[in-house]
Amino acid sequence: MIALLLRDLKLAFRAGGGFGLGLAFFLIVTVLVPFSVGPQSSLLTTIAPGVLWLGALLACLLSLDRLLALDWEDGSLDLLATAPLPLEAVVTIKALAHWLTTGLPLVLAAPFLGVLLNLPVPGFSWLVISLLLGTPAMSVIGTFGAALTVGLKRGGLLLSLLVLPLYVPTLIFGAEVARRGATGMETQTPLLMLAGITAATVALLPFASAAVLRINLR
Amino acid sequence: MIPDLGKYADTVLWSYVVSIGLLIALVAFSVIRGRKMRAEMEKVEQRMSRNG
Amino acid sequence: MTIAAKANSLWEYANPRKFLATSERVLPFFWISAGLCLVIGLTWGFFFTPDDYKQGSTVKIIYLHVPAALMAVNCWLMMLATSLVWLVRRHHVSALAARAAAPIGIVMTLIALATGAIWGQPMWGTWWAWDPRLTSFLILFLFYLGYVALWEAIEDPDTAADLTSVLCLVGSVFAILSRYAVNFWNQGLHQGASVMRAGAVTGTDTEEKVSNIYFYPLLLCIIGFVLLFIALVFYRTGTEIRARRIKALLARERVNG
Repeated sequence: MIALLLRDLKLAFRAGGGFGLGLAFFLIVTVLVPFSVGPQSSLLTTIAPGVLWLGALLACLLSLDRLLALDWEDGSLDLLATAPLPLEAVVTIKALAHWLTTGLPLVLAAPFLGVLLNLPVPGFSWLVISLLLGTPAMSVIGTFGAALTVGLKRGGLLLSLLVLPLYVPTLIFGAEVARRGATGMETQTPLLMLAGITAATVALLPFASAAVLRINLR
Repeated sequence: MIPDLGKYADTVLWSYVVSIGLLIALVAFSVIRGRKMRAEMEKVEQRMSRNG
Repeated sequence: MTIAAKANSLWEYANPRKFLATSERVLPFFWISAGLCLVIGLTWGFFFTPDDYKQGSTVKIIYLHVPAALMAVNCWLMMLATSLVWLVRRHHVSALAARAAAPIGIVMTLIALATGAIWGQPMWGTWWAWDPRLTSFLILFLFYLGYVALWEAIEDPDTAADLTSVLCLVGSVFAILSRYAVNFWNQGLHQGASVMRAGAVTGTDTEEKVSNIYFYPLLLCIIGFVLLFIALVFYRTGTEIRARRIKALLARERVNG
Protein backbone atom coordinates (compact mmCIF):
# COMPACT_ATOMS: atom_id res chain seq x y z
CA MET A 1 0.00 0.00 0.00
CA ILE A 2 2.72 2.39 1.03
CA ALA A 3 4.72 1.36 -2.02
CA LEU A 4 1.77 2.28 -4.22
CA LEU A 5 1.39 5.62 -2.48
CA LEU A 6 5.07 6.39 -2.88
CA ARG A 7 4.94 5.38 -6.53
CA ASP A 8 1.98 7.68 -7.16
CA LEU A 9 3.65 10.55 -5.40
CA LYS A 10 6.89 10.02 -7.30
CA LEU A 11 5.01 9.94 -10.58
CA ALA A 12 3.17 13.13 -9.72
CA PHE A 13 6.42 14.92 -8.98
CA ARG A 14 8.26 13.58 -11.97
CA ALA A 15 5.57 13.89 -14.60
CA GLY A 16 5.99 17.67 -14.55
CA GLY A 17 2.66 19.19 -15.56
CA GLY A 18 0.47 17.48 -13.01
CA PHE A 19 1.97 18.69 -9.79
CA GLY A 20 1.95 22.45 -9.35
CA LEU A 21 -0.45 23.04 -12.19
CA GLY A 22 -3.36 23.07 -9.78
CA LEU A 23 -1.55 25.61 -7.64
CA ALA A 24 -0.86 27.85 -10.63
CA PHE A 25 -4.51 27.62 -11.62
CA PHE A 26 -5.57 28.55 -8.10
CA LEU A 27 -3.25 31.56 -8.23
CA ILE A 28 -4.57 32.71 -11.59
CA VAL A 29 -8.22 32.43 -10.57
CA THR A 30 -7.50 34.47 -7.46
CA VAL A 31 -5.64 37.11 -9.43
CA LEU A 32 -8.37 37.35 -12.05
CA VAL A 33 -11.16 37.92 -9.54
CA PRO A 34 -10.23 41.53 -8.67
CA PHE A 35 -9.98 42.26 -12.39
CA SER A 36 -13.52 41.06 -12.94
CA VAL A 37 -15.27 42.51 -9.88
CA GLY A 38 -13.19 45.62 -9.30
CA PRO A 39 -10.48 46.49 -6.81
CA GLN A 40 -12.63 47.81 -3.91
CA SER A 41 -11.11 46.18 -0.87
CA SER A 42 -14.38 46.03 1.07
CA LEU A 43 -16.01 44.03 -1.70
CA LEU A 44 -13.01 41.73 -1.94
CA THR A 45 -13.11 41.20 1.81
CA THR A 46 -16.71 40.07 1.56
CA ILE A 47 -16.22 37.62 -1.25
CA ALA A 48 -12.71 36.41 -0.38
CA PRO A 49 -13.69 33.21 1.50
CA GLY A 50 -16.08 32.14 -1.23
CA VAL A 51 -13.67 32.94 -4.05
CA LEU A 52 -10.82 31.08 -2.38
CA TRP A 53 -13.02 28.06 -1.84
CA LEU A 54 -14.25 28.11 -5.41
CA GLY A 55 -10.71 28.53 -6.71
CA ALA A 56 -9.49 25.59 -4.66
CA LEU A 57 -12.42 23.49 -5.84
CA LEU A 58 -11.79 24.27 -9.50
CA ALA A 59 -8.07 23.66 -9.15
CA CYS A 60 -8.90 20.31 -7.59
CA LEU A 61 -11.34 19.52 -10.39
CA LEU A 62 -8.79 20.40 -13.04
CA SER A 63 -6.36 17.74 -11.89
CA LEU A 64 -8.92 14.94 -11.65
CA ASP A 65 -8.79 13.61 -15.17
CA ARG A 66 -5.11 12.66 -14.73
CA LEU A 67 -5.93 10.82 -11.53
CA LEU A 68 -6.58 7.42 -13.09
CA ALA A 69 -6.09 8.13 -16.78
CA LEU A 70 -2.31 7.54 -16.79
CA ASP A 71 -2.66 4.19 -15.04
CA TRP A 72 -5.48 3.29 -17.38
CA GLU A 73 -3.48 4.07 -20.49
CA ASP A 74 -0.36 2.13 -19.59
CA GLY A 75 -2.38 -0.79 -18.25
CA SER A 76 -1.10 -0.64 -14.68
CA LEU A 77 -4.69 -0.27 -13.53
CA ASP A 78 -5.41 -3.79 -14.80
CA LEU A 79 -2.41 -5.02 -12.85
CA LEU A 80 -3.59 -3.25 -9.74
CA ALA A 81 -7.03 -4.79 -10.14
CA THR A 82 -5.58 -8.30 -10.18
CA ALA A 83 -3.13 -7.57 -7.39
CA PRO A 84 -3.85 -8.99 -3.91
CA LEU A 85 -4.60 -5.45 -2.72
CA PRO A 86 -8.38 -4.88 -2.79
CA LEU A 87 -9.49 -2.28 -5.30
CA GLU A 88 -11.12 -0.29 -2.51
CA ALA A 89 -7.70 0.23 -1.00
CA VAL A 90 -6.24 1.12 -4.37
CA VAL A 91 -8.75 3.91 -4.96
CA THR A 92 -8.28 5.16 -1.42
CA ILE A 93 -4.54 5.36 -2.00
CA LYS A 94 -5.16 7.09 -5.31
CA ALA A 95 -7.38 9.64 -3.59
CA LEU A 96 -4.81 10.12 -0.84
CA ALA A 97 -2.06 10.67 -3.40
CA HIS A 98 -4.26 13.17 -5.21
CA TRP A 99 -4.94 14.98 -1.96
CA LEU A 100 -1.25 15.09 -1.03
CA THR A 101 -0.23 16.43 -4.41
CA THR A 102 -3.18 18.76 -5.05
CA GLY A 103 -5.33 19.32 -1.98
CA LEU A 104 -2.58 19.91 0.57
CA PRO A 105 -0.64 22.44 -1.53
CA LEU A 106 -3.89 24.31 -2.12
CA VAL A 107 -4.54 24.44 1.60
CA LEU A 108 -1.03 25.77 2.23
CA ALA A 109 -1.27 28.34 -0.56
CA ALA A 110 -4.72 29.61 0.42
CA PRO A 111 -3.57 32.01 3.20
CA PHE A 112 -1.13 33.75 0.86
CA LEU A 113 -3.82 34.20 -1.74
CA GLY A 114 -6.10 35.37 1.04
CA VAL A 115 -3.76 38.34 1.51
CA LEU A 116 -4.29 39.26 -2.13
CA LEU A 117 -8.04 39.30 -1.62
CA ASN A 118 -7.89 41.31 1.59
CA LEU A 119 -9.20 38.48 3.74
CA PRO A 120 -9.80 39.70 7.32
CA VAL A 121 -7.33 38.42 9.90
CA PRO A 122 -9.60 36.04 11.84
CA GLY A 123 -10.57 34.45 8.53
CA PHE A 124 -7.15 32.96 7.83
CA SER A 125 -7.21 30.19 10.38
CA TRP A 126 -10.80 29.29 9.54
CA LEU A 127 -10.02 29.25 5.85
CA VAL A 128 -7.16 26.84 6.38
CA ILE A 129 -9.19 24.66 8.74
CA SER A 130 -12.17 24.49 6.40
CA LEU A 131 -9.99 23.69 3.38
CA LEU A 132 -8.03 21.14 5.36
CA LEU A 133 -11.29 19.43 6.26
CA GLY A 134 -12.96 19.85 2.89
CA THR A 135 -10.25 18.99 0.35
CA PRO A 136 -10.07 15.27 1.30
CA ALA A 137 -13.76 14.99 0.48
CA MET A 138 -13.11 16.69 -2.86
CA SER A 139 -10.31 14.24 -3.65
CA VAL A 140 -12.44 11.21 -2.74
CA ILE A 141 -15.48 12.44 -4.68
CA GLY A 142 -13.19 13.30 -7.56
CA THR A 143 -11.77 9.78 -7.54
CA PHE A 144 -15.30 8.46 -7.90
CA GLY A 145 -15.86 10.74 -10.88
CA ALA A 146 -12.53 9.76 -12.41
CA ALA A 147 -13.39 6.08 -11.95
CA LEU A 148 -16.73 6.64 -13.69
CA THR A 149 -15.19 8.26 -16.76
CA VAL A 150 -11.87 6.46 -16.90
CA GLY A 151 -12.60 4.47 -20.03
CA LEU A 152 -13.82 7.42 -22.06
CA LYS A 153 -11.78 9.17 -24.72
CA ARG A 154 -12.79 12.71 -23.85
CA GLY A 155 -13.98 12.23 -20.32
CA GLY A 156 -12.69 15.54 -18.96
CA LEU A 157 -15.73 17.67 -19.58
CA LEU A 158 -18.13 14.90 -18.63
CA LEU A 159 -16.10 14.41 -15.46
CA SER A 160 -16.70 18.04 -14.50
CA LEU A 161 -20.41 17.75 -15.22
CA LEU A 162 -20.65 14.64 -13.05
CA VAL A 163 -18.45 15.78 -10.19
CA LEU A 164 -19.55 19.40 -9.76
CA PRO A 165 -23.07 18.61 -8.48
CA LEU A 166 -21.50 16.18 -6.04
CA TYR A 167 -19.28 18.97 -4.75
CA VAL A 168 -22.24 21.15 -3.80
CA PRO A 169 -22.63 20.10 -0.14
CA THR A 170 -18.89 20.25 0.53
CA LEU A 171 -18.63 23.67 -1.08
CA ILE A 172 -21.62 25.04 0.78
CA PHE A 173 -20.47 23.97 4.23
CA GLY A 174 -16.81 24.67 3.58
CA ALA A 175 -17.33 28.17 2.25
CA GLU A 176 -19.83 28.78 5.05
CA VAL A 177 -17.19 27.94 7.67
CA ALA A 178 -14.68 30.24 5.99
CA ARG A 179 -17.22 33.06 5.60
CA ARG A 180 -18.50 32.81 9.15
CA GLY A 181 -14.95 32.62 10.44
CA ALA A 182 -14.00 35.73 8.48
CA THR A 183 -16.94 37.71 9.87
CA GLY A 184 -16.49 36.45 13.40
CA MET A 185 -19.66 34.37 13.62
CA GLU A 186 -19.81 30.97 15.28
CA THR A 187 -18.65 28.23 12.97
CA GLN A 188 -19.41 25.09 14.88
CA THR A 189 -22.45 23.82 12.96
CA PRO A 190 -21.08 24.08 9.40
CA LEU A 191 -17.72 22.85 10.64
CA LEU A 192 -19.33 19.73 12.07
CA MET A 193 -21.35 19.21 8.91
CA LEU A 194 -18.24 19.60 6.78
CA ALA A 195 -16.33 17.16 8.96
CA GLY A 196 -19.27 14.75 8.76
CA ILE A 197 -19.40 14.92 4.98
CA THR A 198 -15.67 14.37 4.70
CA ALA A 199 -15.71 11.45 7.13
CA ALA A 200 -18.68 9.83 5.39
CA THR A 201 -17.30 10.24 1.87
CA VAL A 202 -13.83 9.02 2.86
CA ALA A 203 -15.36 6.00 4.55
CA LEU A 204 -18.03 5.04 2.02
CA LEU A 205 -17.29 6.44 -1.41
CA PRO A 206 -14.18 4.27 -2.09
CA PHE A 207 -16.55 1.28 -2.23
CA ALA A 208 -18.56 2.97 -4.97
CA SER A 209 -15.39 4.03 -6.77
CA ALA A 210 -14.00 0.50 -6.63
CA ALA A 211 -17.29 -0.96 -7.87
CA VAL A 212 -17.34 1.49 -10.75
CA LEU A 213 -13.72 0.77 -11.58
CA ARG A 214 -14.44 -2.96 -11.65
CA ILE A 215 -17.24 -2.36 -14.13
CA ASN A 216 -14.95 -0.26 -16.30
CA LEU A 217 -12.15 -2.82 -16.18
CA ARG A 218 -14.48 -5.67 -17.12
CA MET B 1 -63.41 33.27 -23.87
CA ILE B 2 -60.21 33.84 -21.95
CA PRO B 3 -61.04 34.80 -18.39
CA ASP B 4 -59.99 38.16 -17.08
CA LEU B 5 -56.50 37.61 -15.79
CA GLY B 6 -56.02 41.14 -14.59
CA LYS B 7 -52.58 42.61 -14.56
CA TYR B 8 -50.92 39.20 -14.40
CA ALA B 9 -52.22 38.03 -17.77
CA ASP B 10 -48.73 37.85 -19.29
CA THR B 11 -47.36 35.88 -16.39
CA VAL B 12 -50.09 33.27 -16.43
CA LEU B 13 -50.27 32.90 -20.19
CA TRP B 14 -46.53 32.64 -20.57
CA SER B 15 -46.21 29.94 -17.97
CA TYR B 16 -48.99 27.96 -19.66
CA VAL B 17 -47.44 28.41 -23.08
CA VAL B 18 -43.97 27.44 -21.90
CA SER B 19 -45.09 24.42 -19.89
CA ILE B 20 -47.51 23.02 -22.43
CA GLY B 21 -45.00 23.71 -25.17
CA LEU B 22 -42.34 21.75 -23.31
CA LEU B 23 -44.73 18.88 -22.65
CA ILE B 24 -45.79 18.71 -26.28
CA ALA B 25 -42.17 18.86 -27.40
CA LEU B 26 -41.33 15.98 -25.07
CA VAL B 27 -44.20 13.84 -26.30
CA ALA B 28 -43.52 14.68 -29.93
CA PHE B 29 -39.83 13.92 -29.59
CA SER B 30 -40.57 10.62 -27.86
CA VAL B 31 -43.12 9.59 -30.49
CA ILE B 32 -40.89 10.53 -33.41
CA ARG B 33 -37.96 8.59 -32.02
CA GLY B 34 -40.27 5.69 -31.13
CA ARG B 35 -41.68 5.53 -34.66
CA LYS B 36 -38.21 5.63 -36.16
CA MET B 37 -36.91 2.84 -33.96
CA ARG B 38 -39.97 0.72 -34.61
CA ALA B 39 -39.59 1.06 -38.35
CA GLU B 40 -35.88 0.42 -38.21
CA MET B 41 -36.34 -2.67 -36.10
CA GLU B 42 -38.85 -4.10 -38.51
CA LYS B 43 -36.49 -3.43 -41.36
CA VAL B 44 -33.57 -5.12 -39.64
CA GLU B 45 -35.69 -8.05 -38.50
CA GLN B 46 -37.02 -8.64 -41.99
CA ARG B 47 -33.55 -8.57 -43.42
CA MET B 48 -32.41 -11.02 -40.77
CA SER B 49 -35.23 -13.45 -41.47
CA ARG B 50 -34.61 -13.25 -45.19
CA ASN B 51 -30.95 -13.99 -44.77
CA GLY B 52 -31.70 -16.75 -42.33
CA MET C 1 -25.68 -22.15 -29.94
CA THR C 2 -24.31 -22.73 -26.49
CA ILE C 3 -26.40 -22.81 -23.38
CA ALA C 4 -24.85 -19.61 -22.08
CA ALA C 5 -25.80 -17.76 -25.22
CA LYS C 6 -29.30 -19.14 -24.96
CA ALA C 7 -29.70 -17.99 -21.40
CA ASN C 8 -28.38 -14.64 -22.47
CA SER C 9 -30.83 -14.36 -25.33
CA LEU C 10 -33.63 -15.22 -22.95
CA TRP C 11 -32.71 -12.18 -20.91
CA GLU C 12 -32.14 -10.10 -23.98
CA TYR C 13 -35.40 -10.83 -25.69
CA ALA C 14 -37.99 -12.85 -23.81
CA ASN C 15 -38.62 -10.41 -21.03
CA PRO C 16 -38.43 -7.25 -23.11
CA ARG C 17 -40.83 -8.96 -25.53
CA LYS C 18 -43.30 -9.51 -22.76
CA PHE C 19 -42.80 -5.95 -21.62
CA LEU C 20 -43.43 -4.65 -25.12
CA ALA C 21 -46.60 -6.69 -25.48
CA THR C 22 -47.92 -5.57 -22.11
CA SER C 23 -47.07 -1.94 -22.67
CA GLU C 24 -48.68 -2.08 -26.09
CA ARG C 25 -51.87 -3.23 -24.38
CA VAL C 26 -51.94 -0.70 -21.55
CA LEU C 27 -50.42 2.31 -23.31
CA PRO C 28 -53.60 3.56 -25.04
CA PHE C 29 -55.34 3.59 -21.67
CA PHE C 30 -52.59 5.70 -20.12
CA TRP C 31 -52.31 8.10 -23.05
CA ILE C 32 -56.04 8.71 -23.17
CA SER C 33 -56.59 9.04 -19.43
CA ALA C 34 -53.53 11.28 -19.08
CA GLY C 35 -54.81 13.50 -21.86
CA LEU C 36 -58.29 13.61 -20.36
CA CYS C 37 -57.07 14.43 -16.86
CA LEU C 38 -54.74 17.13 -18.10
CA VAL C 39 -57.25 18.74 -20.44
CA ILE C 40 -60.04 18.71 -17.86
CA GLY C 41 -57.79 19.69 -14.97
CA LEU C 42 -56.04 22.51 -16.78
CA THR C 43 -59.26 23.82 -18.33
CA TRP C 44 -60.98 23.69 -14.96
CA GLY C 45 -58.06 25.42 -13.31
CA PHE C 46 -57.53 28.00 -16.00
CA PHE C 47 -61.12 28.99 -16.77
CA PHE C 48 -63.20 28.11 -13.74
CA THR C 49 -61.25 28.95 -10.62
CA PRO C 50 -61.38 32.39 -8.99
CA ASP C 51 -58.32 34.58 -8.54
CA ASP C 52 -56.52 34.48 -5.26
CA TYR C 53 -57.08 37.64 -3.22
CA LYS C 54 -53.34 38.15 -2.78
CA GLN C 55 -51.74 36.60 -5.83
CA GLY C 56 -54.37 37.50 -8.37
CA SER C 57 -54.59 35.28 -11.40
CA THR C 58 -51.03 34.01 -10.99
CA VAL C 59 -52.42 31.34 -8.70
CA LYS C 60 -53.43 29.49 -11.87
CA ILE C 61 -49.78 28.67 -12.48
CA ILE C 62 -50.01 26.25 -9.59
CA TYR C 63 -51.75 23.70 -11.85
CA LEU C 64 -48.55 23.31 -13.85
CA HIS C 65 -45.92 24.20 -11.35
CA VAL C 66 -46.73 21.85 -8.49
CA PRO C 67 -47.39 18.71 -10.59
CA ALA C 68 -44.22 19.28 -12.60
CA ALA C 69 -42.17 19.77 -9.45
CA LEU C 70 -43.66 16.62 -7.92
CA MET C 71 -42.90 14.59 -11.02
CA ALA C 72 -39.37 15.98 -11.24
CA VAL C 73 -38.62 14.47 -7.84
CA ASN C 74 -40.67 11.31 -8.33
CA CYS C 75 -38.94 10.67 -11.64
CA TRP C 76 -35.59 10.59 -9.88
CA LEU C 77 -37.03 8.25 -7.26
CA MET C 78 -38.28 5.97 -10.01
CA MET C 79 -34.84 6.01 -11.64
CA LEU C 80 -33.31 5.18 -8.28
CA ALA C 81 -35.67 2.22 -7.86
CA THR C 82 -35.10 0.88 -11.38
CA SER C 83 -31.34 1.36 -11.02
CA LEU C 84 -31.42 -0.74 -7.87
CA VAL C 85 -33.45 -3.41 -9.63
CA TRP C 86 -30.91 -3.45 -12.44
CA LEU C 87 -27.96 -3.73 -10.08
CA VAL C 88 -29.58 -6.51 -8.05
CA ARG C 89 -31.59 -8.47 -10.60
CA ARG C 90 -29.82 -7.52 -13.87
CA HIS C 91 -33.19 -6.93 -15.50
CA HIS C 92 -32.48 -5.12 -18.77
CA VAL C 93 -35.88 -3.48 -19.04
CA SER C 94 -35.27 -1.88 -15.68
CA ALA C 95 -32.05 -0.16 -16.72
CA LEU C 96 -33.63 0.98 -19.97
CA ALA C 97 -36.63 2.35 -18.09
CA ALA C 98 -34.29 4.48 -15.99
CA ARG C 99 -32.65 5.73 -19.15
CA ALA C 100 -36.03 6.44 -20.73
CA ALA C 101 -37.22 8.35 -17.67
CA ALA C 102 -34.29 10.75 -17.34
CA PRO C 103 -35.23 13.13 -20.18
CA ILE C 104 -38.78 13.26 -18.80
CA GLY C 105 -37.30 14.30 -15.47
CA ILE C 106 -35.28 17.00 -17.22
CA VAL C 107 -38.39 18.41 -18.88
CA MET C 108 -40.36 18.29 -15.61
CA THR C 109 -37.57 20.10 -13.78
CA LEU C 110 -37.42 22.67 -16.57
CA ILE C 111 -41.17 23.24 -16.38
CA ALA C 112 -41.02 23.64 -12.62
CA LEU C 113 -38.11 26.07 -12.88
CA ALA C 114 -39.56 28.04 -15.78
CA THR C 115 -43.03 28.44 -14.28
CA GLY C 116 -41.38 29.24 -10.96
CA ALA C 117 -39.31 32.00 -12.56
CA ILE C 118 -42.27 33.41 -14.48
CA TRP C 119 -44.36 33.26 -11.34
CA GLY C 120 -41.64 34.72 -9.19
CA GLN C 121 -41.22 37.77 -11.37
CA PRO C 122 -44.44 39.56 -10.33
CA MET C 123 -44.65 37.93 -6.88
CA TRP C 124 -41.17 38.52 -5.50
CA GLY C 125 -40.09 41.07 -8.06
CA THR C 126 -37.33 38.86 -9.39
CA TRP C 127 -37.02 36.05 -11.89
CA TRP C 128 -34.71 34.13 -9.71
CA ALA C 129 -34.04 34.06 -5.99
CA TRP C 130 -31.58 31.71 -4.36
CA ASP C 131 -34.36 30.23 -2.34
CA PRO C 132 -33.50 26.76 -1.00
CA ARG C 133 -36.26 25.15 -2.98
CA LEU C 134 -35.34 26.78 -6.27
CA THR C 135 -31.69 26.04 -5.70
CA SER C 136 -32.35 22.39 -4.96
CA PHE C 137 -34.24 22.06 -8.20
CA LEU C 138 -31.41 23.63 -10.10
CA ILE C 139 -29.03 21.11 -8.55
CA LEU C 140 -31.45 18.30 -9.40
CA PHE C 141 -31.41 19.57 -12.97
CA LEU C 142 -27.62 19.32 -13.01
CA PHE C 143 -27.81 15.77 -11.70
CA TYR C 144 -30.20 14.84 -14.51
CA LEU C 145 -27.87 16.39 -17.07
CA GLY C 146 -24.88 14.46 -15.75
CA TYR C 147 -26.86 11.23 -15.71
CA VAL C 148 -28.03 11.60 -19.30
CA ALA C 149 -24.57 12.69 -20.44
CA LEU C 150 -23.03 9.57 -18.92
CA TRP C 151 -25.56 7.36 -20.69
CA GLU C 152 -24.77 9.03 -23.98
CA ALA C 153 -21.01 8.84 -23.51
CA ILE C 154 -20.58 5.11 -23.00
CA GLU C 155 -20.62 2.70 -25.92
CA ASP C 156 -21.25 -0.64 -24.27
CA PRO C 157 -24.88 -0.73 -23.08
CA ASP C 158 -24.31 -2.98 -20.08
CA THR C 159 -21.39 -0.92 -18.82
CA ALA C 160 -23.44 2.22 -19.34
CA ALA C 161 -26.33 0.72 -17.38
CA ASP C 162 -24.04 -0.28 -14.52
CA LEU C 163 -22.23 3.03 -14.32
CA THR C 164 -25.34 5.17 -14.54
CA SER C 165 -27.02 3.03 -11.90
CA VAL C 166 -24.15 3.57 -9.48
CA LEU C 167 -24.14 7.26 -10.35
CA CYS C 168 -27.87 7.37 -9.63
CA LEU C 169 -27.37 5.78 -6.21
CA VAL C 170 -24.46 8.01 -5.23
CA GLY C 171 -26.19 11.01 -6.79
CA SER C 172 -29.31 10.37 -4.73
CA VAL C 173 -27.33 10.51 -1.50
CA PHE C 174 -25.62 13.71 -2.58
CA ALA C 175 -28.89 15.21 -3.81
CA ILE C 176 -30.41 14.72 -0.37
CA LEU C 177 -27.27 16.11 1.23
CA SER C 178 -27.42 19.12 -1.08
CA ARG C 179 -31.04 19.68 -0.14
CA TYR C 180 -30.10 20.01 3.53
CA ALA C 181 -26.94 21.95 2.76
CA VAL C 182 -28.87 24.43 0.65
CA ASN C 183 -31.48 24.86 3.37
CA PHE C 184 -28.73 25.57 5.83
CA TRP C 185 -26.84 27.84 3.45
CA ASN C 186 -29.76 30.06 2.73
CA GLN C 187 -30.73 30.45 6.36
CA GLY C 188 -27.14 31.41 6.90
CA LEU C 189 -27.52 34.15 4.34
CA HIS C 190 -30.97 35.50 5.07
CA GLN C 191 -32.02 34.86 8.56
CA GLY C 192 -35.80 34.81 8.69
CA ALA C 193 -36.15 37.01 5.65
CA SER C 194 -39.82 37.34 4.79
CA VAL C 195 -39.36 37.37 1.02
CA MET C 196 -37.67 34.03 1.27
CA ARG C 197 -40.50 32.60 3.30
CA ALA C 198 -42.79 33.61 0.48
CA GLY C 199 -40.64 31.25 -1.56
CA ALA C 200 -42.38 28.43 0.24
CA VAL C 201 -45.48 29.30 -1.77
CA THR C 202 -44.12 27.21 -4.57
CA GLY C 203 -43.76 24.12 -2.48
CA THR C 204 -45.78 21.26 -1.23
CA ASP C 205 -45.81 22.49 2.34
CA THR C 206 -48.42 25.07 1.42
CA GLU C 207 -50.65 22.49 -0.13
CA GLU C 208 -52.64 22.15 3.05
CA LYS C 209 -53.29 25.83 2.83
CA VAL C 210 -54.62 25.59 -0.70
CA SER C 211 -58.36 25.78 -0.36
CA ASN C 212 -60.73 23.31 -1.96
CA ILE C 213 -61.57 25.46 -4.97
CA TYR C 214 -57.99 25.17 -6.08
CA PHE C 215 -57.34 21.74 -4.69
CA TYR C 216 -59.60 19.57 -6.86
CA PRO C 217 -58.38 20.83 -10.23
CA LEU C 218 -54.85 20.68 -8.84
CA LEU C 219 -55.38 17.06 -7.82
CA LEU C 220 -56.68 16.28 -11.30
CA CYS C 221 -53.63 17.91 -12.84
CA ILE C 222 -51.30 15.95 -10.58
CA ILE C 223 -53.03 12.71 -11.57
CA GLY C 224 -52.76 13.80 -15.18
CA PHE C 225 -49.04 14.42 -14.85
CA VAL C 226 -48.54 11.05 -13.16
CA LEU C 227 -50.45 9.25 -15.91
CA LEU C 228 -48.58 11.14 -18.59
CA PHE C 229 -45.30 10.23 -16.91
CA ILE C 230 -46.26 6.55 -16.82
CA ALA C 231 -47.34 6.62 -20.46
CA LEU C 232 -44.13 8.33 -21.51
CA VAL C 233 -41.96 5.94 -19.52
CA PHE C 234 -43.69 2.91 -21.02
CA TYR C 235 -43.47 4.31 -24.51
CA ARG C 236 -39.88 5.49 -24.24
CA THR C 237 -38.75 2.25 -22.60
CA GLY C 238 -40.26 0.43 -25.58
CA THR C 239 -38.25 2.68 -27.85
CA GLU C 240 -35.07 1.97 -25.92
CA ILE C 241 -35.72 -1.76 -26.05
CA ARG C 242 -36.12 -1.57 -29.81
CA ALA C 243 -32.99 0.54 -30.19
CA ARG C 244 -31.14 -2.03 -28.12
CA ARG C 245 -32.50 -4.90 -30.19
CA ILE C 246 -31.49 -3.19 -33.42
CA LYS C 247 -27.99 -2.82 -32.04
CA ALA C 248 -27.87 -6.49 -31.00
CA LEU C 249 -29.22 -7.67 -34.35
CA LEU C 250 -26.77 -5.57 -36.32
CA ALA C 251 -23.92 -6.84 -34.17
CA ARG C 252 -24.99 -10.41 -34.80
CA GLU C 253 -25.29 -9.70 -38.51
CA ARG C 254 -21.73 -8.42 -38.56
CA VAL C 255 -20.48 -11.51 -36.77
CA ASN C 256 -22.37 -13.94 -39.04
CA GLY C 257 -21.94 -12.26 -42.36
